[in-house]
Amino acid sequence: MTATATAHKTRTGAPERRGRPNRSGRAGYLFVAPFMIVFAALFLVPLVYAAYFSFFREQLVGGTVFVGFENYTRAFGDAELWTGIGRVGLFFLIQVPFMLVAALFFALALDTGLVRLGRFVRLSIFVPYAVPGVIAALMWGYLYGPDFGPFAQLAEKVGASAPDFLGADLMLGSIANIVFWEFTGYNMVILFAALRAVPSELYEAAAVDGAGPWRTAWSIKIPALRGALMVCLIFSVIGSFQLFNEPNLLQGLAPTVIDSSYTPNLYAYNLAFVGQEYNYAAAVSFILGLVILVGSYVFMFLTNRRSRS
Amino acid sequence: MTAETTIKRPRAGRIKGGRRTILTIGMLAAAAYFLLPLFWVLVASSKTSADLFSTFGLWFSGDFALFDNIGETVTYDGNVFLRWMGNTLLYAVTAAGGGALLASLAGYGFAKYRFKGNRAMFMTVLGAVMVPTTALAIPTYLLFSRLGLADTPWAIILPSLINPFGLFLMTVYVQSAVPDSLLEAGRIDGAGEFRIFFQVTLRLLAPGFATVLLFTLVNTWNNYFLPLIMLNDPDLYPITVGLARWQGQAAAAGGASGDLVPLVITGSLLSVIPLIIAFLFLQRYWQSGLVTGAVKQ
Repeated sequence: MTATATAHKTRTGAPERRGRPNRSGRAGYLFVAPFMIVFAALFLVPLVYAAYFSFFREQLVGGTVFVGFENYTRAFGDAELWTGIGRVGLFFLIQVPFMLVAALFFALALDTGLVRLGRFVRLSIFVPYAVPGVIAALMWGYLYGPDFGPFAQLAEKVGASAPDFLGADLMLGSIANIVFWEFTGYNMVILFAALRAVPSELYEAAAVDGAGPWRTAWSIKIPALRGALMVCLIFSVIGSFQLFNEPNLLQGLAPTVIDSSYTPNLYAYNLAFVGQEYNYAAAVSFILGLVILVGSYVFMFLTNRRSRS
Repeated sequence: MTAETTIKRPRAGRIKGGRRTILTIGMLAAAAYFLLPLFWVLVASSKTSADLFSTFGLWFSGDFALFDNIGETVTYDGNVFLRWMGNTLLYAVTAAGGGALLASLAGYGFAKYRFKGNRAMFMTVLGAVMVPTTALAIPTYLLFSRLGLADTPWAIILPSLINPFGLFLMTVYVQSAVPDSLLEAGRIDGAGEFRIFFQVTLRLLAPGFATVLLFTLVNTWNNYFLPLIMLNDPDLYPITVGLARWQGQAAAAGGASGDLVPLVITGSLLSVIPLIIAFLFLQRYWQSGLVTGAVKQ
């Protein structure tokens, strides 16, 4: 993908000074070293530590004891965890197609150049990405709310009552809307950037062949976006399964609807920082990571197979 | 702009005009949806507490209280809001600057040098994207508290320095923007590898650098989970955790009727303005940076 293009280093045969054999190779290590050291310290070490940690249990009597896979077997049988995973899985299946189709549509529409005020529209759709997820959840929480939310006010004006956006039935949909609002623009910008990179000869060739705009979009633009769509999809898998900020914020507004294990991340957080069950929380996080990994690979596998056949 | 404009059939102009109008209306409706909460927060910030609850949410009321609300928000609880803004700025700018520099150096190293383990290291970093934040945050918290780093600014800045997507973007960017011939010319002139990087290459990387800078800035600015678990001292909170705390207090104080609600709303408005401005002003940079990233995906 990337590192293959590194091969071209013409040897000028410059005399190696001060006993530095293969000077460019060594310089390469020096360039990547700062990043890799920080990465190792803040990524690999905590990960290994968490793995180690997940094999122990803290007891009131006897301190920390090694328990093998006990935390994992407990997690596999933990209904709260799997309900949460099921919920974010459902969230992913419903929210992500909407979001990516909308992002794709917006990107294609803007790319035709037919939209007046295109720049304004593009920035308007993208601007929520610059809003912190917490603030987005706060704002939408008030908008949904029955006290001074405009939806409730409008409904009251016509003598109806607004749907209970923060009730048990609609909560997941309300969260999906917040996430849609935040990230559609981000995905659109990635897709739009990828469209800009399609060589214009392709469009000219299509036009010569008499292809209309729909045909061009379907046969040239969408296939050209496969890589970018894949990136969007993988980020969406990760984002959906890690859902935390929005339910955490809305919990204050609807404590009876969002319990401590509403999403797996919320569950792990509560286990660790409310229940002080760090060891079990580590095991739960690992299982969630495994689910994300498997999910991402399944998607990559399916997409690759489709594109080959 | 696209090729269909080059072939004109007799009726093409009228059809295109119709299509243009429909598309424009549709896209403006979409833009309205995405701007709605921001418009609402602006309107709500301009109202007195009484008007907030009694007047229609999506339009201004008679009394324009925006500056009173700002004053109240900023001075509440001994100017703690300003402290949170300052903290956010400190964390975000440090992490973004450091992160973009680390990613540029490493991206350059991965793209232009051939060494053992190059590809393996690169792929390891990319794979790191998959690991859930909690899986990392919990052990990082435990390690940091052992080292006495939890509840300090380092607990936020250090983990934010690593941005795998930024590394990917920079590597791709170096490949497309830095010609090998330029490096060779520098070497023939006797410049050291690091001098070449800082005096020749870095200038060429400006759009990529700005893109990584901006996206790391946003990630850190918007981060909630990490500071939530790392920090106990309210004086160290970033704006996200601070406002969430206010909102929690407001909700606990009896539904949405707490006195803190106007402060949460005005605080939300104030906290989103800097990033929106940053995105608007750096548009040219991050868009060209993203295009380059997109070519190679």
